[in-house]
Amino acid sequence: MAVLELAGVKKRFGETEVLRQIDLSLSDGEMLVIVGASGCGKSTLLRIVAGLETASEGRVSLDGRDITHTDPAARDIAMVFQNYALYPHMTVFDNMAYGLKIRGWSREDIARHVQDTAALLGLEELLRRKPRQLSGGQRQRVAMGRAIVREPKLFLFDEPLSNLDATLRVRTRAEIRRLQKRLGVTSLYVTHDQVEAMTLGDRLLVLHQGRPAQFATPMEVFEKPADTYVASFIGAPAMNFLPAVLTADGRTAHLQAGPRLPFADGPRAGAACHALTIGIRPEHLTIDPDGMNLRVDLVEPLGSETLIHGRLAAPGETPLVLRVAGKAPGGDVIPVAVPPALMHVFDAATGLRMDPRASI
Amino acid sequence: MNGRRDTVAHVVLILGALLFVIPLWLVFAASTQDSAAIARGELSLLPGGGGFRAYAQVLSGPVPRMLLVSLGMALAIAVGKIAISILSAFAIAFFRFPFRKTAFWLIFITLMLPVEVRIIPTYSVMSDLGLINSFTGLWLPLIASATATLLFRQVFTAIPDELIEAARMDGAGPMRFLWDVAIPVSSANIAALFVILFIYGWNQYLWPLLVATDPKLNTIVIGIVKMIAVETDTDWPLVMATAVFALLPPVVIVVAMQRWFVAGLTEGEK
Repeated sequence: MAVLELAGVKKRFGETEVLRQIDLSLSDGEMLVIVGASGCGKSTLLRIVAGLETASEGRVSLDGRDITHTDPAARDIAMVFQNYALYPHMTVFDNMAYGLKIRGWSREDIARHVQDTAALLGLEELLRRKPRQLSGGQRQRVAMGRAIVREPKLFLFDEPLSNLDATLRVRTRAEIRRLQKRLGVTSLYVTHDQVEAMTLGDRLLVLHQGRPAQFATPMEVFEKPADTYVASFIGAPAMNFLPAVLTADGRTAHLQAGPRLPFADGPRAGAACHALTIGIRPEHLTIDPDGMNLRVDLVEPLGSETLIHGRLAAPGETPLVLRVAGKAPGGDVIPVAVPPALMHVFDAATGLRMDPRASI
Repeated sequence: MNGRRDTVAHVVLILGALLFVIPLWLVFAASTQDSAAIARGELSLLPGGGGFRAYAQVLSGPVPRMLLVSLGMALAIAVGKIAISILSAFAIAFFRFPFRKTAFWLIFITLMLPVEVRIIPTYSVMSDLGLINSFTGLWLPLIASATATLLFRQVFTAIPDELIEAARMDGAGPMRFLWDVAIPVSSANIAALFVILFIYGWNQYLWPLLVATDPKLNTIVIGIVKMIAVETDTDWPLVMATAVFALLPPVVIVVAMQRWFVAGLTEGEK
């Protein structure tokens, strides 16, 4: 249980900047999920915290102790690897006991601790098996057990669910979260899966090309994405984007496709005709007889809901995805409307979110 | 259709097996003839009238001692080669140090030099160290092995990075990692290599011939050669019986270790 702080952490591999300026702090018992597409630097960040890489600049501290250059073993951090990295020649018991053995624990202490942890994870029956005799899910739990048994200050998870099948992934995800809450260990969890990110994290750090795009609670990231990258990354199917311009009074977005949408929450700063990107989530689009015509090209029924893909029959031919409850309405053309209260406003040039101008 | 192809395959395999077995059988058959028979040029394919006389005679002579010397030398060479090449491959595969590439290429280049090229300088070094006509002299210069080093380097570089990192997080230092993870993980390769190197050591001829003139240090291979005198004076059944003894230890090692390294191969992860 500990407080982790990163200040101005940067990482370069030769000329390539992998991480540019990461600042974050985790409070005791918090679970932070670092999410981003592959190559965004999330694993590098995790490895810097683990001590497997060294930051080119900046400082990492755990409970106030500077560990930027500390050996991984001396950091009191445990890590769950993507491929589990179990020692293939050791039994489950030995895999879990190995770190304790090196730390010079007594035989009885090790046995007791491993037994307790195995009981916590339901691994008692498997202690004498070798990793190759275990299923993927069981290996994953052994990897968790190896991390837990050391009672570290900090847990690191490097995409620990990516090798599991879909059903098991959902179950293990919930299990990890329950376990983490119960043990109250500060955790850092890296994933590219936005569902994992939303469900597991107390807070999310969305990384984009080595830069933190947003650092907030999952709901905040979902409701108020900081830029178009975050907006499209979090939420499935991804948010729709419509080109628009700002009207002179700053109170309305004029969609390229035609409609004018008044801002529900106040005027935006900017000159007339300032280019905007209007974001609207597929589930927020409504079917409205007065709306824009959407030419449907694909309908995906998911049972409880249906995804409708199409293009606007208007200038720009913007592709849109619409999510409706139940079955899709018939017809090749569906009129859709953007409810102004639910839309997101971004600056088209920078991609950044535009919040209402402070009203004076 | 399939049956016919099987028959052809079997015939080929049986012919191949005979090709290897017949000379061995001849050695055995010859060892049981009476000595005069071979001298007359009557080498029978059936065990002959001499019975096991030759074996009894061989066992009461210097052959048991030769077998012991050979066994010691082969074991020392196999174990020494494995130990040295594991250590050097470990250094090359896991550590970043100045001239690492150079070290690697130096080892690699020695692969291309036949043993005979360096046999004179090696002899002179051994002589300076006072190891001529000693048991140590028999095996010590032979334990450096570029082939084994390269092989272990391949094995070690195939160990997943995550496993190395997991060990680092667990607090294992380099030597602990070597002992607890790298060596057990490559046990199958060690077993396979041990078999090959044991036989290599057992069959050494030129070096033992040069370095040890003391009959007490004669290996079995040299012993056989020394038994062969002038054609007519040679007691062939005796030579053949010795050859049978010389054959046995490598066979035992192969058979015993085969089970071991097949088990090792199937026990790997994946």
